[in-house]
Amino acid sequence: MTDAPVLLSLQNITKRFGPLIANNAISLDLHRGEILALLGENGAGKTTLMNILFGHYVQDEGDVRVLADHGALATLPPGSPGAALKAGLGMVHQHFTLAENLSGLDNIRLGTEPLLSFGREATARAKVKKITAESGLDVDLDRRVADLTVGEKQRIEILKALYRDAKVLILDEPTAVLTPQEAEGLFVVLRRLAENGLGVIFISHKLGEVLAVSHRILVLRAGTKAGELVTAKADRRAIADLMVGKAVAEVVRIPALPGETLMEFDGVSLNGAGRQALSGVNLKLRSGEIVGLAGVSGNGQSGIAALISGLAVPSSGTLRLYGEAITKASPRDLVEAGVARMPEDRQHDGVVGTMSVADNIAIEEVRSPAFSKMGLLDRKAMRERATSAISGYDVRCPGPDAEARLLSGGNVQKLILARVLEREPRVILANQPTRGLDVGAQAEVHRRILAARDRGAAVLVISEDLDELFALADRFVVVHAGELADAGSSESLDRGTIGLMMAGQARTPVGIAS
Amino acid sequence: MSLRLEPRDHASVSLKLTVSLAAGVIALLLVAVPVIAAGGTPLEAYWLMLQGAFGSMFALSETLNRATPLILTGLAAAVAFRAKLWNIGAEGQLYIGALAAVCVGSGLMQLPPVLMIPTVMVAGFLAGGLMMVIPTIIKQRFGADEVVITLLLNFVVILFIQMLVEGVLKDPLSMGWPQSVPLIAEAKLPKLLPRLRMHWGLITGLVAALILWLMVRKTVLGFEIRAVGENKAAARFAGIPVDATMLKVALISGGLAGLAGVGEVAGVKDYLSSDLSPGFGYSGIVVAMLAGLSPVGTVIAAVFVAAVFVGADSMSRATGISSYIADLVVALSLLCVLVGSFFLRFSVKFERRQVGA
Repeated sequence: MTDAPVLLSLQNITKRFGPLIANNAISLDLHRGEILALLGENGAGKTTLMNILFGHYVQDEGDVRVLADHGALATLPPGSPGAALKAGLGMVHQHFTLAENLSGLDNIRLGTEPLLSFGREATARAKVKKITAESGLDVDLDRRVADLTVGEKQRIEILKALYRDAKVLILDEPTAVLTPQEAEGLFVVLRRLAENGLGVIFISHKLGEVLAVSHRILVLRAGTKAGELVTAKADRRAIADLMVGKAVAEVVRIPALPGETLMEFDGVSLNGAGRQALSGVNLKLRSGEIVGLAGVSGNGQSGIAALISGLAVPSSGTLRLYGEAITKASPRDLVEAGVARMPEDRQHDGVVGTMSVADNIAIEEVRSPAFSKMGLLDRKAMRERATSAISGYDVRCPGPDAEARLLSGGNVQKLILARVLEREPRVILANQPTRGLDVGAQAEVHRRILAARDRGAAVLVISEDLDELFALADRFVVVHAGELADAGSSESLDRGTIGLMMAGQARTPVGIAS
Repeated sequence: MSLRLEPRDHASVSLKLTVSLAAGVIALLLVAVPVIAAGGTPLEAYWLMLQGAFGSMFALSETLNRATPLILTGLAAAVAFRAKLWNIGAEGQLYIGALAAVCVGSGLMQLPPVLMIPTVMVAGFLAGGLMMVIPTIIKQRFGADEVVITLLLNFVVILFIQMLVEGVLKDPLSMGWPQSVPLIAEAKLPKLLPRLRMHWGLITGLVAALILWLMVRKTVLGFEIRAVGENKAAARFAGIPVDATMLKVALISGGLAGLAGVGEVAGVKDYLSSDLSPGFGYSGIVVAMLAGLSPVGTVIAAVFVAAVFVGADSMSRATGISSYIADLVVALSLLCVLVGSFFLRFSVKFERRQVGA
């Protein structure tokens, strides 16, 4: 692999944000046809490095060099996304940069040509179709991006980069939003693209997939290069320690002791915008048990989450909490009844970015006597609670008065955990609890969820990460096209079975099959 | 060299003050151009404006009298805009508040001033508030845009007032002028000082600003308004009743504009006419924007805008330069503040571009 020409070379990139050194003299080479994994915890400097590469930030020191048409490496002018694009760098961001109100095809074309140009649409469509056929990135090009699932949006993003004839494709945490099958599909696509001569930089903190897809691994830790290794010779454990800088403790779990049913879906249907729709869902959440909800994104998970969050009520059927039917949608009632909810999109639904950490921790209970009296806020109590939450849940932030928007994704999730778990909730909805979190934070979240279960809480974990579900769930349910199927105890299941159910193939009962 | 913008994490207080001050100075520098074009000397013109606005007890009283409704309409805009409720209808709410004051205070009931004045104020507040609550309900139920509704309601209300003051409310003793019957003496707001036009409406405005300031910082309602305004989705998810909070904001916002109308009727004019307000409702939006939607800032901005207008009138009489210069000063200040707010969000960096190897 190393004898292929170098496509891209970073040399001694250094970037400081005030006193923080986000990148400290990082160098890397990417060869033609190579998949290079950039591995590191949150805050290790992966995204900063890629933002510099792509011209969103200007480095304080160092050069970015890209193979130019004349066959030699040319230095890219810093801080110019246009030049990066022109040099053939394509980036798929973790947070998508799509115009939601335009179709997929329009998004792919956006920025490369005038939108109101007759005849060009057909040319563009043909080109996209060709890329699709070569890479297997299948997606409906004519639907509005707003109506696409997260996975489909990502495919549009990748197509967008390929449409611009990218020589180097950079993917920032691409599998965070995919099912195992979709992720496997993505890997196939990436391998095929690499074989055709593309250079790929794959940013991730998931060891498994990095080992599965990459040729070479570059590990970043706290802004510096912690190590660089060839994947074929790499050892899982060694890389994890390299990433974190210390040995990661395994999460221990004891068998569940399910108790009484705390929340029950009884033939629940939900009408509404396609992705939320549910039909005839039956589900029992029992005390002391974690139920894992698997499914391809957009098959009704958001409907189930909306019902448990109090954002919707069943169109038909009954949703019972502690045996009583919930008839009106009110997040506050559910919070007061002891339901903890972790939103799927924590930046959007979980925190008010411009309010302080203390405000965001108190926000669900701001009317309770703990934080207010006679309509007046008890700022002191709010600060005290925030201070204890910051230390108890290891929320890394400048302090209780810091604005929540300054927190990283992992720390926002810890903030939400601190907010909902401190009340010792009886029912917990954990929707994508560790999406985008690093190994250390992930283990922490899992430990907290397991501890809540052991305390007697009924937990529903919705996740697109099957490893996570197998690590947590006592029992599996799978949602497909708005219908929920019971998959049974997690001991009797393997990934293949779940994958088939996610694809809509009903599980054949073992008794009949044999 | 190239210029780059990077988002700021946090803007310090001193930076905010510097930017506001710089915006004012730049606005004055820009206005110097038309002043010179009109044949005046900028420094002299500004000095005369300052004299005209603050140079005597009478001037100060006129400025504060002019600032009174602007404080209230400014607060009306500020509180609504914070919650991302775009109330452009303060002008109409002001008139409806004034109408309520006349309906209640022109002989319908006779109470001692200590009861009569609060009654008139409550009536004006509720009437103005209702004028904002209705568009908000329409927005929540049917998704109609409140900007359009409130803006258009302004014209509806003014025509309605015209109809009334030329019809059922017309004062038979007004010698044919289209104006309503006057308020009874008990309903009138006392003057703050003898022989000056400043009245108790100013105190109402200052108290309202203080209450709003406390509300935003110290109360659950203020917390909820902030949360709803800054991130509606997260507020709803966290259990804050978004629609109810918006209705409270609408009531407060419209009510404050209604109080401005009460002040003008009960403090200055005594009767209602369709020229009660020279656009106080619209100027309130400018005031709130100049103040960065802060309640205390609104008071300062209202006095500034009032001083510019009163001062410009006086300067105009002395120099012959048109008093429209006041509109220019206010408009340019607003533009400068808006440009300035950009520098609060981003830091500008100059960097040398490297030439490709």
